[in-house]
Amino acid sequence: MDSTPHTLRKRPAPFRPAFALLLLTLAALIARPIRAQDNIFTGTNSGVSSIRIAVADFKPVGSDAQTSEFKKTFDVTLYADLASAGIFDIVSKSLMPSGTPGSPSEIKLPLYASEPTNAAMVAFGALGEVGGKLIANGYLFDAKNQQYPQVIAKQYSEAPSEDSARQIAHRFADEIIFRLGGGTPGIAESKLYFVKMTGNVASNATKEIWEMDYDGANQHPITHLGTISISPRVSPDNTRLAFASLGKYGFQIKMYSLLLNRYMNFPTGNGSTESPAWSPNGNELAYAAAPNGSFEIWISDLNGTLGRRITSFRGGNVSPTFNPRSGAQIAFISDRTGLPQLYIMNSDGSGVQRLTDGGYVSSPSWSPNGQFLTFAWNRKYGPGAPGGQDIYLIQVSSGAQGGYNIVQLTHDGGRCDFPTWSPDGRHIAYANSSDGRADHMRIWTMLNDGTQRRPLTGFGADMPNWSWK
Amino acid sequence: MNFTGSIPSHSTTVRSLRSALILAIALGMVTGCHKTASSKTAADSTAPAAAQLPPAPTATLVAEPLAVDLGQSVVLNWRTTNATDVTIDGLGSVSPNGTQTVSPSSSTNFHITAKGVGGTTEANIRVTVRVPVAPTVPADSSDSANGSNMGSETVFHENVQDIFFDYDSFELNAEGRASAIKAAAYLVAHPDIRVIIGGYCDDRGSAEYNLALGENRANSAKTALVNAGVATARIRVVSFGKEKQFCAEDTESCWQQNRRAQFSLDR
Repeated sequence: MDSTPHTLRKRPAPFRPAFALLLLTLAALIARPIRAQDNIFTGTNSGVSSIRIAVADFKPVGSDAQTSEFKKTFDVTLYADLASAGIFDIVSKSLMPSGTPGSPSEIKLPLYASEPTNAAMVAFGALGEVGGKLIANGYLFDAKNQQYPQVIAKQYSEAPSEDSARQIAHRFADEIIFRLGGGTPGIAESKLYFVKMTGNVASNATKEIWEMDYDGANQHPITHLGTISISPRVSPDNTRLAFASLGKYGFQIKMYSLLLNRYMNFPTGNGSTESPAWSPNGNELAYAAAPNGSFEIWISDLNGTLGRRITSFRGGNVSPTFNPRSGAQIAFISDRTGLPQLYIMNSDGSGVQRLTDGGYVSSPSWSPNGQFLTFAWNRKYGPGAPGGQDIYLIQVSSGAQGGYNIVQLTHDGGRCDFPTWSPDGRHIAYANSSDGRADHMRIWTMLNDGTQRRPLTGFGADMPNWSWK
Repeated sequence: MNFTGSIPSHSTTVRSLRSALILAIALGMVTGCHKTASSKTAADSTAPAAAQLPPAPTATLVAEPLAVDLGQSVVLNWRTTNATDVTIDGLGSVSPNGTQTVSPSSSTNFHITAKGVGGTTEANIRVTVRVPVAPTVPADSSDSANGSNMGSETVFHENVQDIFFDYDSFELNAEGRASAIKAAAYLVAHPDIRVIIGGYCDDRGSAEYNLALGENRANSAKTALVNAGVATARIRVVSFGKEKQFCAEDTESCWQQNRRAQFSLDR
């Protein structure tokens, strides 16, 4: 046969680099459509390139020894706030012109506008103790506008303390973000409530509700109940905290006033109640309750009265969350078809729709603009199944083809759970345990496209809930 | 005097002695012995005394198994020879050879009587039935002083044992149903005990959803107790979800220990 020598001649042919290149190009072309599912418009990467901003260290004023400490805190906080805002391309410290301009007369804008700094905006100012007050003068200048560069000029005055320095930096950062970020208020003054675990998981663990600033600073306990308290949810006006706490009748919802620093009455009878959720007007609470042995979604007023049941499927219906934009819809988790799945319904219980198609879903959180839900999902749930529990995002309104766009935000990082939206909708905080152990949970934050991940807490922190403003 | 009877199969000893005294001892052994007798040996040994009489009947009775739990059945198997009328106490008149399946409600001595021209032969077999005994409440002075009659913690946990569940399930499996029946029997016998059923889940899955699963598990256990006669008012259900782990390893055996309905005294 003459085909045999033909084949033999071909086989020893070397694997040419050019062919390898072609393969790589092909692989890249194939890979592209897979990533194309990530084109949900969330507002973070909206096509407009990020504004390049230079953040100069503030100039110390006065000779008080404490000032340099406060200034250091202020500088670090302001830089971190702007760097993590998700809308800026921040100039790294090494590319900054030397010197610390403290006022408009001291700044040389052409230095910032030219290479290598090449900034569009410059934040600068002065900080110091004057007359027993910590005073900060903050400026934001448009580096390319030599004639009328001033965008913001603000003075802040607080009692001198480490915390004040941080809070002033947050407020100045929020001012800048509000002005440059399309009118969406910044989140630097927002808070996160979370569950802090102490003790051993298998024997004497206690869980208290803690509060921290949005950047992980200032972590401190709110409750001292010595039992297990979970699922903190802060009211839209930041005045009350609802959570579930283990007592004589099992887990029941407790209400804590953040203004009065004491518990308020929230009677829900002798049955279990859990996973509270505030209506956006702050007048009602949705929660899961099991007065008859089966968890259903209920809604009541803030006194725990006038409760009404809005689901009726035996089994488990938990983790409600209102559409914060309209208050007219509720997303929740139900096991009516087997393993727990994500559902939405109108807040009167009508129009129930299932959004996920399998696996094990938990912890839905609705974006502030009402367009997205983020949730934890173990798509291939089951003993021995591959993959882990990750954070996903789904577009609540169905797309042109009638399907729902779903994007996976975390990948292969261990167990992720409890995603919660920031008030500006640009960030998502969540809990992660890289080895899956409950006591190794810690709280992270990321942009809503899954980038810029960074931890906010150490181990033993779980179930974050971001304040509404 | 009755010279009939079956002889145990240790027949070499019996044959070598051939005395009426030894025969009497051998007869004495018959009642308590269920070994198969050999009719040939019996005929040999009784030959001098019974030469003028028709051969005496023989009877053997065996039971398989000899010990059962309440509700299980036993197969009785009997063989007789030279008998005209065979009766077993409780079963009445039966055929000379036969088997019968019985379910005694308590330990029973089955007694077979074989009557024939040559005399009457009897044999016995004892079947032990293990009946779950409701333990009596120990007269615990400290409890009485408190005015409660809850019994001791130890005895409670011996009789009311945790019910374990399959993966992501709140239905009782066969083992769970057996535990529930045993627990219910104890609780019915001790009407003063109030019980808390805690529902627990393994470490996997969502904290909030697992509270619902734990609630369902505790309620399944409660339903089983109520169906077995325990008053609803005596039972309180608390779901702990995955918040109170019994152990914290990522192994199936640990997960299994965490997937449970746990009973405790509601003092």
